[in-house]
Amino acid sequence: MNWPHKDLLDVSQLSREDVDVVMRTAASFREINARPVKKVPTLKGKSVVLFFAEPSTRTKTSFDIAGKRLSADTFGLAKSGSSLQKGETLKDTVLTLQAMNPDAIVMRHASSGAADFVARRVSCAVINAGDGWHAHPTQALLDLFTLREVWGDDLVGKTVTILGDVAHSRVARSNIRLLTMLGVTVRLCAPRTLLPKDARALGAKVFHELEPALENADAVMCLRLQLERQEAGLLPDLREYARRFCLTKARLKNAAPDVKVLHPGPINRGVEIASDLADAGNSLILDQVASGVAVRMAILYLHITRKEKGETA
Amino acid sequence: MTPPDLVVADAAVPGRDGRWTLVCAAGQVLELVPHDPAARFPEARVIEAKGQLLLPAMTDAHTHLREPGQEWKEDIASGLAAAAGGGFSNILCMANTDPVNDNESVTRLMLRRASDAWPHGPRLFPVGALTMGLAGKQLAPMEELLAAGCVAFSNDGEPVADTELFRHALEYAADLAPVIDHCEDPYMAKGAGANEGVMSARLGLRGQPDVAEALQVARDILLAEYLNAPVHLAHVSCRRAVELIADAKRRGAPVTAETCPHYLTMTDAALFGYDTMAKVNPPLRTDDDRLALIQALREGVIDILATDHAPHAAHEKETPFEDAKNGITGLDTALGSLWELVRLGQLTAEDIAQRFAWRPAEIFKLPHCRFAPGDPADFCLFDPEQSWVVTPETLRSKGKNTPLLGQSLTGRVTLTAVNGHVVYELARAGA
Repeated sequence: MNWPHKDLLDVSQLSREDVDVVMRTAASFREINARPVKKVPTLKGKSVVLFFAEPSTRTKTSFDIAGKRLSADTFGLAKSGSSLQKGETLKDTVLTLQAMNPDAIVMRHASSGAADFVARRVSCAVINAGDGWHAHPTQALLDLFTLREVWGDDLVGKTVTILGDVAHSRVARSNIRLLTMLGVTVRLCAPRTLLPKDARALGAKVFHELEPALENADAVMCLRLQLERQEAGLLPDLREYARRFCLTKARLKNAAPDVKVLHPGPINRGVEIASDLADAGNSLILDQVASGVAVRMAILYLHITRKEKGETA
Repeated sequence: MTPPDLVVADAAVPGRDGRWTLVCAAGQVLELVPHDPAARFPEARVIEAKGQLLLPAMTDAHTHLREPGQEWKEDIASGLAAAAGGGFSNILCMANTDPVNDNESVTRLMLRRASDAWPHGPRLFPVGALTMGLAGKQLAPMEELLAAGCVAFSNDGEPVADTELFRHALEYAADLAPVIDHCEDPYMAKGAGANEGVMSARLGLRGQPDVAEALQVARDILLAEYLNAPVHLAHVSCRRAVELIADAKRRGAPVTAETCPHYLTMTDAALFGYDTMAKVNPPLRTDDDRLALIQALREGVIDILATDHAPHAAHEKETPFEDAKNGITGLDTALGSLWELVRLGQLTAEDIAQRFAWRPAEIFKLPHCRFAPGDPADFCLFDPEQSWVVTPETLRSKGKNTPLLGQSLTGRVTLTAVNGHVVYELARAGA
């Protein structure tokens, strides 16, 4: 298999076949994570820069573990402590990184389109680990991987409700793109202040009340609520949000009988999701974390080994 | 009678059949007469137009020339070079320089720089600040600015949010010079570089709704009517604003309005791929807005065209979208980009003469040429068939920040004259 993409900027660049390749590759790596010695030499001698210009714990750690389990050397670079904080432009920062000749740059940035900006300026692979409100492709792929573990490979006919702050969510946008491509019906549910004005243009059905949005849903993805949204005038307060939109076992009564619950984390318990539901048997939240390492191993492997495969083809 | 010293022979003229010859002397028009191949002008420089279009030189009521303070983007000399190359004889330059043009010393510096660099034109007409430092707190000394050479007042770039202060600004300016308002509700538009709509939703960009513009347009219309004080509405970009202006004009409200070539020729589809060159304020809107603006321009609801020429250096656009500066460089490409609309039958050459030359000069009381005897010999020649590719080298502005880079335009200014002085000739300028 010759992976055709230099970079992973969003799931919209992937074909269904590409997605299947990622899923199969991740499945093959998942087994490594269960071994007593969780390391293979696949990417030995390769360098991965983890360039996180915005705070992140989960995604950065997940990529770091993924790289190390494949024996790549990973280097962390945060905005604090980097030249960006001294006023250096993003262009100059990435050209400096490029000059050190890494094999991949995993990047998180507060501006939509930032990963695309960097990818056009460096020759190594760029993996988008979240850019502004735009895209978070590895999160969408790991969510899909998690759901396929439960539902099998064919998701056609399933209904997934995405609940919460869609307007400011890169996770939502990538999941909508990926799930609709695979034949899933996607519903969005949020107060109007947390939805884009033209939310239907994203290709999903839009709800402003929880109960109809959950009816017969096969899965519910809660989104993280940035607590400063109430200060921006988008919400009265968290209590009011929870009264209307916090996902509880009672509110899931009209969903599909074996409905699954997902959340990209970190969770605001009692705000986005009731604490008992987050820990319940139909919660896939920790499965998502575990899937994340396998999917990110797959993504690093496919992108970093792409050139060698191309040369020998 | 002064003998002719400059003649343009064998030119097409908008709104007139046949070929014409423009005869000028001592910087003024002597006459515009049907072309006679046998006519001789032994003491004049005779420019053979060979069927090119003879247009009145244009007035750009809205440019940013960046001097003083940000000369790496543009300076007055390079801005006027771009103006000459674009076919302009008059340029109004906005006050958001550094320092702000809120006192006579800055105004006089601008005028001196212009006369030093381009003694024969294009003419520079500074726009004074409406409020001190454009801070929206205290009125600028408008009479002082007027006496120093300003021809209008504006807080362009920093909309005045305080309606009470804006009211007083209109009242105070009413006896001095027109007020140009940047119509944007600053509370609704914070940090947005994209139209709020389908494209901003897909790209995950902060959007500026068209109502942010329309709200301020409505405010300005109501104040203009209430005070009977004129307001000129800058860079109108959307249908909602057009509809408000049309209603206001039906009632006789003292408002005038402008739009820019990029709002007539592009939509927010240009943002696809996060193209920072297409990031402008107000943002590029939808095709429905674009068509509404074209119709409004033809009908006179929108009075004039202006470039909102906003030059930036390469590094200021070579950033992620949300970090990029707003603005498109526009003087060099204004006529060439608009000509596509003429080719499509959506505008006429007469529309361009009316909206980009005569009407703006009337609104701001500036010299202009209608080809009548005694008019200043301000004109340009435009070759409507000449194709050219927009490259950094073909732009005389220091700002190369346009989404047109790499595109081919059909129609090009080949010569510009101000007061009978040829200030630009493509054949000599090259590129």
